[in-house]
Amino acid sequence: MVKLVAALYAALMNLPERPMKWAQSQLSGGRLGWVFVGPNLAIFAIFTFLPIAFDLHYALTGGTQLLPGDRPYVGAENFASLLDCTDHFDPNSCRRDLFWHGIWNTLAFVGLQVGLMLFFSLLTAIVLNGRIIGRSFFRAAFFYPVLLSPVVVALIWKWILQREGLLNAAMEGVGATPVNWLLDGNWAFFWSVFVSIWAHMGFYTLILLAGLQSIPAEINEASQMDATRPFRHFTRITLPLLMPNVLVVLVLGLIRAVQIFDEVYVLTGGGPGSATTFVVQYIYKTGFADQVRQYGLAAAASLLLASVLLVLTLIQMKGQGGGKQRG
Amino acid sequence: MANLLTARRGRLRWDWTDWAAHLYLVLGTLVMFGPVLWLGLSSVKSESGLQAYPPTILPYEQARIDVPERGTLKLFHVTQGEHAGQDLAEVRRLGLQSQLVDPANPGTLIRLPIEARTPVMRLHAAWENFTDLFSQFSFARIVWNSVFITVVATVLTLLVNSMAAFALSKYKFSGRDQVFLLMLATLMIPPTIVLVPNYLIASQLGLTNSPWGVIWPAVATPTGVFLLRQYMLTLPDELLEAARMDHASEWRIYWRIILPLSSPALAVLAIFSVMWRWNEFLWPMVVLSRSESFTLPLALNSFQGELTTQWHFLLAMTVLTLLPVTAIFVVLQRHIAQGIASAGVK
Repeated sequence: MVKLVAALYAALMNLPERPMKWAQSQLSGGRLGWVFVGPNLAIFAIFTFLPIAFDLHYALTGGTQLLPGDRPYVGAENFASLLDCTDHFDPNSCRRDLFWHGIWNTLAFVGLQVGLMLFFSLLTAIVLNGRIIGRSFFRAAFFYPVLLSPVVVALIWKWILQREGLLNAAMEGVGATPVNWLLDGNWAFFWSVFVSIWAHMGFYTLILLAGLQSIPAEINEASQMDATRPFRHFTRITLPLLMPNVLVVLVLGLIRAVQIFDEVYVLTGGGPGSATTFVVQYIYKTGFADQVRQYGLAAAASLLLASVLLVLTLIQMKGQGGGKQRG
Repeated sequence: MANLLTARRGRLRWDWTDWAAHLYLVLGTLVMFGPVLWLGLSSVKSESGLQAYPPTILPYEQARIDVPERGTLKLFHVTQGEHAGQDLAEVRRLGLQSQLVDPANPGTLIRLPIEARTPVMRLHAAWENFTDLFSQFSFARIVWNSVFITVVATVLTLLVNSMAAFALSKYKFSGRDQVFLLMLATLMIPPTIVLVPNYLIASQLGLTNSPWGVIWPAVATPTGVFLLRQYMLTLPDELLEAARMDHASEWRIYWRIILPLSSPALAVLAIFSVMWRWNEFLWPMVVLSRSESFTLPLALNSFQGELTTQWHFLLAMTVLTLLPVTAIFVVLQRHIAQGIASAGVK
């Protein structure tokens, strides 16, 4: 079996030999590099660069047609309609109220989720970096949910949180009143934050743990010799040395949290009402799930989201540059 | 003896911080892994076992018994009346009355009010939840879609990304650095941003409702190119020179020398790619709208929407979806951790 696969692989990889040899004879020096880089670049061009140009076109045109040629130019109408509010702090006063519910929900989500996740992954990394029996087991247990599909994550928790689920049974077991967790707006929002932290914190814990382990042992020993109190040791030595990693976690976490969609969409469907509707869900709903597909509005909302992500990415790049200088 | 138990790594005794740390980790493991365990236990409960409230931890189902001339009947324990303490088989239920027979004496019907009996439960793993998935739904088709997309996309990703990484690390051509920067810049463009135009392109290329609609956009990954390029930079150029002396073609150098030497980095990328494609949700949901082209996450999502009461199928399907990823994790845990530590902090 292994031999068969190997033979098949060799036969397939031999196929481009002749055309590549011809290309080699035609191109001098390193220009053959273009041939190697070509397929990757072409796919990027078709599915990444071209779409960005089209995004702008969609955002500036209206109607429900998909083909760019059939869409009438409307100027900034889509953006204006998205941003049209009497009071931007009150989504119900906006023309696209769901978009603004999405924005405010996303902001609240990002603040809570990233803050709490940073706290818990830092705490877990520090604990795991100490004298621990069975460290690799615990590390694996915290990391495992990272690998699960967001749909699986959502269904695991939906099963626990349903009206006659494990959590309510436990609540009744200790004499508390059961709650319809996902049918109450505030609770649904809480569980969105909780579940997304549950699903992603292992990834950030790993990054922070790698950072902690790269702090030279001599530094910790020197500080022990000086009998530095643990809290002071943490704030004055560990945290400053860990700062580059903390920054990476913060910005990666922000970039991902802003795009929250998958697990919450399956868990709550954005509800009850619009309590857990976020910006990406608005884009998906407007462009693909609604009866009338408003591609222009969806593209305009995408571009607004993209501008936020661009700023975050620039901060990340700047931060990483700084991190490298500090070694 | 006490010293022996509490002394760790030879010198230090346990103080309260050690206890607190371990307590935190045990509780944390319960929160992180407990839900998955609960899913696993629930997935082998029978339909009736799932409806028990409060739920039982282990899978139970009502015991059944073969009664001559009456077929397979449900077994009940009688709690009141003259038959109290006996296990009887229920022939039928009429409103609030139950007609039962003693399995040893199936000729005589016994009538009891339904509250005078409780079901006899026994431990039973309902594997039929899993097998029924394949016989009652076109589930094999969905599994095939997921496997096909994951395998083909991963193979193509490895090929296309390693070719690009080879050029970017081993060739000097004008525009090379600009190409590399351009590829890195695509990291900034998450798929959520280009959903609408990508749908247009996919539909113009005839890729909607086809596995290739999920595969092609995913094949060129900036992370993969970056990861492989960094690794190939560490391979000595002398290898290439020596091969060129022997008149090996550039393509042969690429796949006979560079690829085998890059296998550690290729392995990391392969693991990532399998995870990405197996778990991907939003883009497949946009591009695949017909149920026969669904992948596992899509099928799960639509299943939970339309069949909320059929939890026994839904849970089995969820377990089947997480099983391959879990297997990979158990086998390759160390590689995954290293891969993320090196690629996550780019």
